Amino acid sequence: MSTSAKLPRWAELFLLPAINLLVALLLAGVVIKAMGESPWAALKLMTGGAFGSQESIGYTLYYATNFIFTGLAVAVAYHAGLFNIGAEGQAYIGGLGVGLVCLWLGAWPFWLVLPLAILAGAVFGAAWAFIPAWLQARRGSHIVITTIMFNFIAAAVMTWLLVNVLIKPGQQSPESREFAPNAFMPALHELLAKVGITFTSTPLNLAFVLALLAAVLVWLLVWRTRWGYAMRVAGLNPAAAVYAGIHPPRVTIWAMLLSGALAGSLGLNELMGSQHRILLDFPGGAGFVGIAVALMGRNHPLGIFLAAVLFGALTQGGSQLSFDMPRINRDMVVVIQGLVILSCGALENIFRSPLAALLAKFSQRKDEA
Amino acid sequence: MNRDAAAPALELRGIDKRFGPVHANRAVSFSAARGSIHGIIGENGAGKSTLMNIVYGLHRADAGEIRVQGRTVAISSPQDAIAAGIGMVHQHFLLVENFTVLENIVLGAEGGRRLADGLGAARTGLEQLARDYGLEVPLDAIVSELPVGLQQRVEILKALYRGADILILDEPTAVLTPQEADQLFKMLERLRSQGKTVLLVTHKLREIMAVTDRVTVMRQGAIVGAVATRDTSPRELAEKMVGRAVLLNVERGPAKPGATLLTVRDLEVRDRLGVARVKGVSFTLQAGEIVGIAGVAGNGQSELLEALAGIRAPSRGEIELGGRHLVREGLDARARRRLGLAHVPEDRLRMGVVAGFSAQDNAILGYHDLPAYQHGLLLDRAAVLAGCEKKMSAYDVRPPNPALRIASFSGGNQQKLVLAREIDSDPRVLLIGQPTRGVDIGAIEFIHRQLVALRDAGKALLLVSVELEEILGLADRILVMSAGEIVGEIASADATEKKVGLMMAGVKGEGHA
Repeated sequence: MSTSAKLPRWAELFLLPAINLLVALLLAGVVIKAMGESPWAALKLMTGGAFGSQESIGYTLYYATNFIFTGLAVAVAYHAGLFNIGAEGQAYIGGLGVGLVCLWLGAWPFWLVLPLAILAGAVFGAAWAFIPAWLQARRGSHIVITTIMFNFIAAAVMTWLLVNVLIKPGQQSPESREFAPNAFMPALHELLAKVGITFTSTPLNLAFVLALLAAVLVWLLVWRTRWGYAMRVAGLNPAAAVYAGIHPPRVTIWAMLLSGALAGSLGLNELMGSQHRILLDFPGGAGFVGIAVALMGRNHPLGIFLAAVLFGALTQGGSQLSFDMPRINRDMVVVIQGLVILSCGALENIFRSPLAALLAKFSQRKDEA
Repeated sequence: MNRDAAAPALELRGIDKRFGPVHANRAVSFSAARGSIHGIIGENGAGKSTLMNIVYGLHRADAGEIRVQGRTVAISSPQDAIAAGIGMVHQHFLLVENFTVLENIVLGAEGGRRLADGLGAARTGLEQLARDYGLEVPLDAIVSELPVGLQQRVEILKALYRGADILILDEPTAVLTPQEADQLFKMLERLRSQGKTVLLVTHKLREIMAVTDRVTVMRQGAIVGAVATRDTSPRELAEKMVGRAVLLNVERGPAKPGATLLTVRDLEVRDRLGVARVKGVSFTLQAGEIVGIAGVAGNGQSELLEALAGIRAPSRGEIELGGRHLVREGLDARARRRLGLAHVPEDRLRMGVVAGFSAQDNAILGYHDLPAYQHGLLLDRAAVLAGCEKKMSAYDVRPPNPALRIASFSGGNQQKLVLAREIDSDPRVLLIGQPTRGVDIGAIEFIHRQLVALRDAGKALLLVSVELEEILGLADRILVMSAGEIVGEIASADATEKKVGLMMAGVKGEGHA
């Protein structure tokens, strides 16, 4: 018998993540109680802070956009049997590509800048992923190790570039000059205003739509094309891939290029859409959150969307919480996020077998009745 | 332990075990007398292994009772089983390959504060044991340097050294030549005469008939028959196992070999460490014949098959198919498939299917980039589904549900789908490794008939199997491999199990090619 219990599809996709989330919230509640605050009030504050108003929804989805890109990046690599821990670094270098296009060609019309920025982000991100991919495919260097290392290299390279090369002359803070307004990603409230819908001003921008588009394209590619098929075969059973005439090293390289390109698109939202300049550490850990998002979303674009919104809500609701409950600071919010990751990732198999046994018992009873 | 002399050595009462929705053992009861060899036979998935794992403490029964020498025992771990006098020899040996025989036997029962004390005491005890049971093994040899038959003997000694009175052997002959198997049976008879009880788990009827006193037949988790071996016949046992009448031998006319389709010349294949596993093999394959490659597992057949299929690169030699030089042109598995070289791999779950995929996704493995399955840039899911449905109905794959995960099908039905996939591509040459490994008897009959029909349709088939009976029953020509070389060729009309068995053991001669 296999070690991991089989669950029905609906339970695998919805029930199990819901149980994991519930457990995480319960644990967080215990921590909040221990700090002398009411868990119930905290939960209300968080959900209100994340979804209570147009403004909070805008912020939640703005954060979610980053997580969709990095979550998809991790998922694509996962389907090829690779654990890409380097989305953070790929997003950082990809953002450099986006930023350079915006800095140099910002005077061009937006509809020319946008495709070039998308392309540059993808190419820079993919290039950063290519080196670990090549090392894995040709030299067998483990991709988990190399991609982690490449996060540090990316951070060092970007710090050097921002401090020595890209810094706006005559200022202290290590960031580039602001992009020309032509290179700003249109905010969603501006676009909605054009069709007569009023929406509060938030950083939510066109990149959110691009992220959704990317999710659909990833779904099509992975499940509906022969390349996606080859990728999944190589990921699930490399020996069967070789038997079928698929070359796993080649798949490794292509999947990592795609993964890096997706991570590299984070700059479209963060830099083009909101910061309008290149600045230090702009991915802000989204590459790592992407791992949790992919894990919780079962590496499926729909699941990744839902998980990204959840983590967007945790980020946005969390800052609301630390604002309104002085005893709970930013670090506490990170603890809550950590508990969600812990219960969805590390602990998911704790509930899997009992749940499978329970469901089997129910279905058995139904059969006998 | 206080022993009741009249009680059976091992008695199971109402053993019941479920794995989720799978009912692996249904109220199984049987008993094995002291000083007897008791066969347990059944198809794959009949619950034999589960039952034995329960007796040895690897699984826990949901209900039921295990009695040893008339006393109820609670067995929840192999330690408990060993304490109750039960030993088990697994199909895949659990030996530390770079330890000596002595170190392996003592492992886990070292005794003494210093290792040397325990080893010294063990050596004396083992020499006694080996004399008593005729199980001589060089105690100081490194295990990896011993032939497989001797490694198995080490496993048996290990169990006896721990005081086993009841010995479970799980498919013990899978890795042995027929002669080695006969030696094993002699050894088991010696154990029986010394009052030990042997449980022999197998799916080979020949072994049951050769050596057991009683036989228990299992089907779908339940016992469907328990008889004295002398009162039964292979045919009756096969029918009990399958639940209906079966044909043990496929009828086939004489082969009509035609043009040469595949030529292999001086092929050498090395493994990752650079050791030659196939040493300069040459042969040809003609249209309309089945050529069988006989040999004990691990003598280079797997490497040969993989080199032919384009999975492993040979270090020397050439393979010619339809005027093309596959090695020189560097054609990979995909390119060879397009030239009409289909391949049913030996290890289905490792290579032939992707366990996490549905049946329909597995039905296009290796053929996923055929134009027939494309719809612009996307895969044509409707064509994939229709293709799978067609294969399922033509090859009687049950249940005929293309969306079901392949892992949920029985071994026989998985194999039928793999076979359907490869034959459906209308190949000129079909390479088949272990066509009936892990396949139930009912499906074996079907698969063998398909292979003969393919031969009669003018295809060339290369059959690699460690089941000698299968080779003898299907092949028109038999090549015998030993230590990476073809040590002999024999026409199937002249072949007997004894002759081929001797060649498998590396004795050259017998109409050498």
